[in-house]
Amino acid sequence: MSDAATMDGLPGGSKGVVTDFSADRQAFHVPWGKAMMWIFLLSDTFIFSCFLVGYMHVRMAATDPWPFPSEVFALSFGGDPIPLILIAIMTFILITSSGTMALAVNMGYRKDKKKTFWLMVATALLGASFVGMQAFEWSKLIEEGVRPWGNPFGAAQFGSSFFMITGFHGLHVSAGVIYLLVVANRVRTGFYERRGDNYEIVEITGLYWHFVDLVWVFIFAFFYLW
Amino acid sequence: MAQEGQQHPLGIYFWIWGLLFVLSFFSYMVDYINFQGPLRWTLILVFMFLKAGFIIAIFMHMTWERLALKLAILAPPIFIGVLIWLMAVEGNHTELTRIEFFGESTFVPEEVHH
Repeated sequence: MSDAATMDGLPGGSKGVVTDFSADRQAFHVPWGKAMMWIFLLSDTFIFSCFLVGYMHVRMAATDPWPFPSEVFALSFGGDPIPLILIAIMTFILITSSGTMALAVNMGYRKDKKKTFWLMVATALLGASFVGMQAFEWSKLIEEGVRPWGNPFGAAQFGSSFFMITGFHGLHVSAGVIYLLVVANRVRTGFYERRGDNYEIVEITGLYWHFVDLVWVFIFAFFYLW
Repeated sequence: MAQEGQQHPLGIYFWIWGLLFVLSFFSYMVDYINFQGPLRWTLILVFMFLKAGFIIAIFMHMTWERLALKLAILAPPIFIGVLIWLMAVEGNHTELTRIEFFGESTFVPEEVHH
């Protein structure tokens, strides 16, 4: 197991922080693309936080009753409606895709081009099916009269928060699917091999994909379960 | 060495994968069993933070990064707590002001049909 926390010739812990930041050359001992992806994800964290905090505010400030997500997102397969079932399935799909992505990163570093390619394609397909289910959920809610400016089940702010938050997340998933397919194809054609890269791009793509899953964990907890 | 990238045995990924499934199942059960009140909120938050923690620590390899990167990425989001606090205070104030000037809600929700 490689352990970057204790690099050769560099002190660890808080002393390591001082050494790294005062080195004048490179503060983060990771490929530059990875550092940049982390910083992008940090900024994205703030965007999603603003949406979720905004949602918290309008939900607290609404005087009309807030619709019960458990009932609104229930789905019936012939019998009694099962609460929140579609959202649960979507959650499991996204976790599965995170798992295949983690394996793809691992296979990339093992220089197993074929496995990396297929695991990334599997991740992209799972992501695409997630977006498909979200489209289904949106059309179902629109059919039932949920709009950004009002809905029959309770406070008007429910619709605007829902479309804004899940829409922005869905956009991230869609972009991730395209990103994954582009990188997967370049892995397959040997683009990174010719360039002498260490397949760290697969890990960087993976960081983005895990982040999309991470955001969903928070949306699931605060919007659907709360 | 960081230059060689993050290489770890496959086993740990399968463990975390399974754990995330179990935790997601538990958080779905919170709704299915219909826990209410503080118990519901506590359980939701516990499962949420556990899932988020495992994704960041293992899947995103944060555990194996140097402290400088850990701090640069994980410390700034702490300030979101300030925003949450401010907006919670403001949200309560807005609700009370609305009730005072517009009165209690007279909205009658429709039944949800599927």
